[in-house]
Amino acid sequence: MMRFLLLFSRQGKLRLQKWFTPMSEREKKKIIRDMTTMVLARQPRSCNFLHWKDLKIIYKRYASLYFCLAIENQENELIALEVIHRYVELLDKYFGNVCELDIIFNFEKAYFILDEFLMGGEIQETSKQMVNRSMEASDMLQEDDISEWYEVELFG
Amino acid sequence: MPAPIRLRELIRTIRTARTQAEEREMIQKECAAIRSSFREEDNTYRCRNVAKLLYMHMLGYPAHFGQLECLKLIASQKFTDKRIGYLGAMLLLDERQDVHLLMTNCIKNDLNHSTQYVQGLALCTLGCMGSSEMCRDLAGEVEKLLKTSNSYLRKKAALCAVHVIRKVPELMEMFLPATKNLLSEKNHGVLHTSVVLLTEMCERSPDMLAHFRKLVPQLVRILKNLIMSGYSPEHDVSGISDPFLQVRILRLLRILGKSDDDSSEAMNDILAQVATNTETSKNVGNAILYETVLTIMDIKSESGLRVLAINILGRFLLNNDKNIRYVALTSLLKTVQTDHNAVQRHRSTIVDCLKDLDVSIKRRAMELSFALVNGNNIRGMMKELLYFLDSCDPEFKADCASGVFLAAEKYAPSKRWHIDTIMRVLTTAGSYVRDDSVPNLIQLITNSVEMHAYTVQRLYKALLDDISQQPLVQVASWCIGEYGDLLVSGQCEEEEPIQVSEDEVLDVLEGLLVSNLSAPVTRGYSLTAIMKLSTRFSSVNRIKKVVSIYGSSIDVELQQRAVEYNALFKKYDHMRPALLERMPIMEKSASNGPTEIVQTNGETEPSVVEPKHLPPVTQPVNQANDLLDLLGGNDVVPVIQTTMPTKPASAGGELLDLLGDLSLSAIPPMTAYNKNGLKIDFTFERANPNPNIAVITIHASNSTEADMTDFVFQAAVPKTFQLQLLSPSSNVVPALNQGTVTQVIRVLNPQKQQLRMRIKLTYTLKGSPVQDLAEVNNFPPQSWQ
Repeated sequence: MMRFLLLFSRQGKLRLQKWFTPMSEREKKKIIRDMTTMVLARQPRSCNFLHWKDLKIIYKRYASLYFCLAIENQENELIALEVIHRYVELLDKYFGNVCELDIIFNFEKAYFILDEFLMGGEIQETSKQMVNRSMEASDMLQEDDISEWYEVELFG
Repeated sequence: MPAPIRLRELIRTIRTARTQAEEREMIQKECAAIRSSFREEDNTYRCRNVAKLLYMHMLGYPAHFGQLECLKLIASQKFTDKRIGYLGAMLLLDERQDVHLLMTNCIKNDLNHSTQYVQGLALCTLGCMGSSEMCRDLAGEVEKLLKTSNSYLRKKAALCAVHVIRKVPELMEMFLPATKNLLSEKNHGVLHTSVVLLTEMCERSPDMLAHFRKLVPQLVRILKNLIMSGYSPEHDVSGISDPFLQVRILRLLRILGKSDDDSSEAMNDILAQVATNTETSKNVGNAILYETVLTIMDIKSESGLRVLAINILGRFLLNNDKNIRYVALTSLLKTVQTDHNAVQRHRSTIVDCLKDLDVSIKRRAMELSFALVNGNNIRGMMKELLYFLDSCDPEFKADCASGVFLAAEKYAPSKRWHIDTIMRVLTTAGSYVRDDSVPNLIQLITNSVEMHAYTVQRLYKALLDDISQQPLVQVASWCIGEYGDLLVSGQCEEEEPIQVSEDEVLDVLEGLLVSNLSAPVTRGYSLTAIMKLSTRFSSVNRIKKVVSIYGSSIDVELQQRAVEYNALFKKYDHMRPALLERMPIMEKSASNGPTEIVQTNGETEPSVVEPKHLPPVTQPVNQANDLLDLLGGNDVVPVIQTTMPTKPASAGGELLDLLGDLSLSAIPPMTAYNKNGLKIDFTFERANPNPNIAVITIHASNSTEADMTDFVFQAAVPKTFQLQLLSPSSNVVPALNQGTVTQVIRVLNPQKQQLRMRIKLTYTLKGSPVQDLAEVNNFPPQSWQ
């Protein structure tokens, strides 16, 4: 299974953190520190795999963001690269030419998309269209909420 | 109270902060506003406030005061609230806090909600962070949803079930009925999560594994459809249909096929098909091939398939993509033990990877190279590995050096090659070799008797160049101390002998004592070496002076040594030659690495009697019969040459032990035999801890003009004694007293009878064999009393 997924900028600023096993705040902070240090220190043309404790760390840079995925030792690193790539594609489709700012200002949406793609450290849905459709439908439900609220505003 | 600012606005504001302090101030202000808003129990803006809190939490600020608010959001009717509420719960809450249990009821209700997206939120949260208690409470609901026809919910329920099983393994049984039709689904999401669920169950329970073996044909069919089906826009990745599902199925097949012949056979064809048909131009195809290789290697596949798998890995090694090369090396490392020959075929490619730019690849290539070294390829491989050692990063040097030593020890084709290899490592990576290599190397050098002159000469030359690498310096000092006489005598068979005087040698050793670069341990080695030279060199006065100076050294270790050596000069000078004489061949009693030691194969060398190579010798027994006859048979025990493990000595240690025996009265040496230019002296010491054992060292010297070759010394003692003959230092007694052959005899004399011995000598002189028998009766009484 996957253990955690982190997104951070080239300056080491965290943009998203998804943990698939329970961990204390302190542990999380340490891991974030370790990951950013390790990954940012890598030479540009190195391979995308690292070893850290008993986990394999798969990382890839897309524009100004580093995607850092930790998997257990028996997992397939190459398919993990595909997982990262798929998530980027999903973000790209949703935001339309996604960039770091989209993820900063709409971080909750980035989480929602992730929660339609992965769950409990495993892949939940392998079809891009299905994930997009779920997001659209959920967003529509939110619209309904807002319109209700808007009505309240009008009346009072 | 004004409406709390929107999330976007807060983010914008915080990003304008120019310093950490400014940011902190903004955040504190906003947190205070949020806190008071929470106190007012405002439903309208709770969602907005929690979202802002989550953003600040991501920046690293504490947000625990929002935990209860998340619960309130989850309980709200609005979907927006629930969405943020559940997100907040997943980010801020975990099973350590009791608060999380309050979620259980909300989740239960939401699992039964009329809107599937609400149900989805609940399943997702439960599947991500549900504690064991929550899982126990809600497992029934999950099980219900696992049987629904709604594929959106079914796939989420499957992964939620996986989480429940991970948290509470005993609940696994209850999900069994629901798995019945999972694989008949057309929906890929459900298929994928079902395969994950089945995998989890099979990994955890052998019974489940046996139960699900019957699914192999169905899995094979699904996989086949994926490969054979045409383009499917929904699941296509670079021309491959749903690679994620393919990989997951391959993994489940691996688990089902392991140790089971029937299952393995059933999946043989599809594995071959995947292995040959998958497109390899992109990473995604290689990911599937990789998983296929892992499966082939783990199940009971036929050998053709295994070779196919290793060849795939071999092709991976040539791929431009370094990720693929890395993965290939890792996999080959796992299979090198079981499929050694197949991996050997790719050896040259693997060795090329040593020159890769990527650090992770270099490390894997190094490990794999060492695993592939054998007697046939040792020369070529060592060349590459030594080149690697020269040029690699410091983080590799220690491991590489150790690996080289181990490989050299196992497969060295000749002694000279072995010593040269060691020299190369010491001079290029000398500061990185591990501490235990020094005694190991010393032991190795001692055993390579005919190489002593060559070794000490090379080490001396290395010292002249560089005294900064401590292990090199330590080994060199030890050797110079031991074989300094060979060094100044200008004898060297292997290469051009150098001219060096005793004073020059002492200069170098004294230089080590005073240099800043020398570690305290090294200084100890150096002082001992100087002391040893007092019996090998003639400039004893110079040595006495040096030793006496260090008697007042600040370094306690050096001071102790110097004081003891001083004592040796003053009060026990008669013992000095015996104590400081040439070390006997040392046996390795235990080593860190593989315990098999040098197997010389390939080159022929002037044969040295290696201790471990002595078979229980049949030859001497036949010849011992001669001795038996002469002594009249009954009261003589023929001697069997055996090896006996002696303490592996550290250089200084041996001496100190001997010094510890000073209290015993010294036994004077004697001449046992002196005829036709061959003289054999016996020197004695008592072996601790058993005082009934006398340890005799024979020293054979040859005063004729020609060398005595094939020299063999044999002995027999009366039956009340027990005798053990250790290996000789050499079987060539050099001409004109240029050297001695030493050999150790251990005599057990429990009845304290007078020691008698018959000896038999055989050697070849100027081409003709010579043989002689003699009786030794002039043993000093102290040797047997």
